Amino acid sequence: MEAVMQSRRKERVDRGIKVRTDGVYAVSSWREITYLVAPRLLLIGGLVFLPLMFSAVPYWQKVLSIICIYSLLAISFDFLAHFVGLVSLGGALYIGIGAYTAALLNTHLGLPPILTIPLATILGGGICTLLLWPCLPLRGVYFAIVSLMFPLLAARVIEALDIFGGTDGILGVAGLPNKWVEMYVLLGAVLIILFGLRRLVNEDVGLVFRGVKDNDQAVKASGINIITFKALGVFIASAMGCLGGAMLSHLYMWAGISQFALDFSIIPIAATVVGGGGTLAGPVLGCLLLVPISELLRDFGTLRIAVYAVILCAFIVFKSEGLMVYGSRKYQQFERWVQI
Amino acid sequence: MEILIYGLINSVSLALMALGFTLVYGVSRLPNFAHGSLYVTVGFITWLLLNRLGLPYPVAMLISLGLIALVGAATYNFILVRIRGMAISEIIASYAIGLAILEGLRWGGLKGTTLTLPVFAQGSVDILGVTVDFHRLLVILLGALLVGGLWLFVNHTKLGLALKGMAQDERAALTLGIDSDRMAVFSMALGAVMAGLAALVLLPLGNIVVESGYHVLIMAVAVCIVGGLGSWTGAVLAAFIIGFAQILTTAWMGPHFQVVVALLAIIVTLISRPSGLFGRQKELEERV
Repeated sequence: MEAVMQSRRKERVDRGIKVRTDGVYAVSSWREITYLVAPRLLLIGGLVFLPLMFSAVPYWQKVLSIICIYSLLAISFDFLAHFVGLVSLGGALYIGIGAYTAALLNTHLGLPPILTIPLATILGGGICTLLLWPCLPLRGVYFAIVSLMFPLLAARVIEALDIFGGTDGILGVAGLPNKWVEMYVLLGAVLIILFGLRRLVNEDVGLVFRGVKDNDQAVKASGINIITFKALGVFIASAMGCLGGAMLSHLYMWAGISQFALDFSIIPIAATVVGGGGTLAGPVLGCLLLVPISELLRDFGTLRIAVYAVILCAFIVFKSEGLMVYGSRKYQQFERWVQI
Repeated sequence: MEILIYGLINSVSLALMALGFTLVYGVSRLPNFAHGSLYVTVGFITWLLLNRLGLPYPVAMLISLGLIALVGAATYNFILVRIRGMAISEIIASYAIGLAILEGLRWGGLKGTTLTLPVFAQGSVDILGVTVDFHRLLVILLGALLVGGLWLFVNHTKLGLALKGMAQDERAALTLGIDSDRMAVFSMALGAVMAGLAALVLLPLGNIVVESGYHVLIMAVAVCIVGGLGSWTGAVLAAFIIGFAQILTTAWMGPHFQVVVALLAIIVTLISRPSGLFGRQKELEERV
């Protein structure tokens, strides 16, 4: 037993360029500017040019709009779960309320889409926040379970009371002027919200949000009302979901119970887990990957939900950091083996 | 009178659905959102054994219970154990497993044709002017037997006491030589068997459909939350409260409101008293 065991370990070191661009000297060379700006431009450019690339196949342009709607939901899930600490399993509630609000404003008051979409975003966010207000003191598993129940409850209530068109839904919602408008409004919304939220979570408000997530007792002890901040977080997240819902109802010219369906709750969560939680850009990446897979599997009916669930499970168990975190680590650091 | 008898039957069915869920949560703090899918799977396996292989009914039931215990143990041993303690990942992963099983079943076997299991006993009897068929009476009997059996098992066998110890304090149980992972696997298998038993008793009353998986999950969660997560007495009591409330709303307002009752019960309980009627969690841990 003379031989000494040679043991090695993997070491991760930040790339030099990352260290330099982190500081105030960010704009000292084109190379460093490119290093900083390239990933962001890739995302923006990619999203802006995708509709043009698919202009020959209108079907996939429709899919692109759906991707954007799911992205909005996924970003809202990520924001709420990883920055405010509320895991909301019921994203369908936001979509459904947004869709119904927009449809009602359009068919009953006769407002054009250019007014109904912003109104539904704000009003819908308000309604969702009011509905969830009593549940805000809950946390962890308890909030997750209640939020899972809300969309189911909403669908049942509409069905049972036969309000808002009952099981038929609201027909005759006005469509959008043309497909370019619907795609670019959605893409623009996704990009603005993505970069806006990244700003927001680094402001003072974002700091309080993260405090609520990590140690709410400490935040409370500092004289800050955590319920107010949770409500604000829920309002931001649900308004994003409602924007998606409002777009959806104008896209399909219809609002119905199926907008409270399970798909809207499970796909954003899967996208967030696959893309990497806590990054905000990760969920968009996840949606770009998952939604097309779901479209390809459309022929197999509900099997696609099963496929999703399996992907979700595999990622959460074997690669829980997600693609975005993995990617940015590779981009910013290199690995080497060192003797110990 | 009708309300009383059908309320009783409904309550016992709810208790049957919820026992497995509350057992697993009580022992290993794992909200098993795949509960409903295990329920449907047992029904499907039994149907396959019965109609494709032509096995006799009792044998088919026993084999499918054994299989579902293996499935439950395997899900814990290979998937859930890796994310133990991360509450949110546990919920998402077990929910995903449940979805995968349910939607896979819908695609694979439960589409188009209606599958039914035979009832245990034909015929019906009049009790104080209300006609009740034998199978529904058997449900009450078997439910009572199961609750009693579980109570005996937990309080008077070594394995049951070990489970109880785990439920009360996992670390203390560990120092006394109880292998917590093995116990968790075992509780998961037992929970799966409970779901299976509920399926075998209740499914002959209706069809084997995927939707019943979701229904069972919602009901189990509702009962467990109202009763207090992880508390068995609470679960049985809550099953009676929700069971009778459902029958009353059906009688007065129509069957559409049955599920609404359960969901409202959850929401009201969580808002007013998150630990449930008999919950043992501390107030501070679950709400601010």
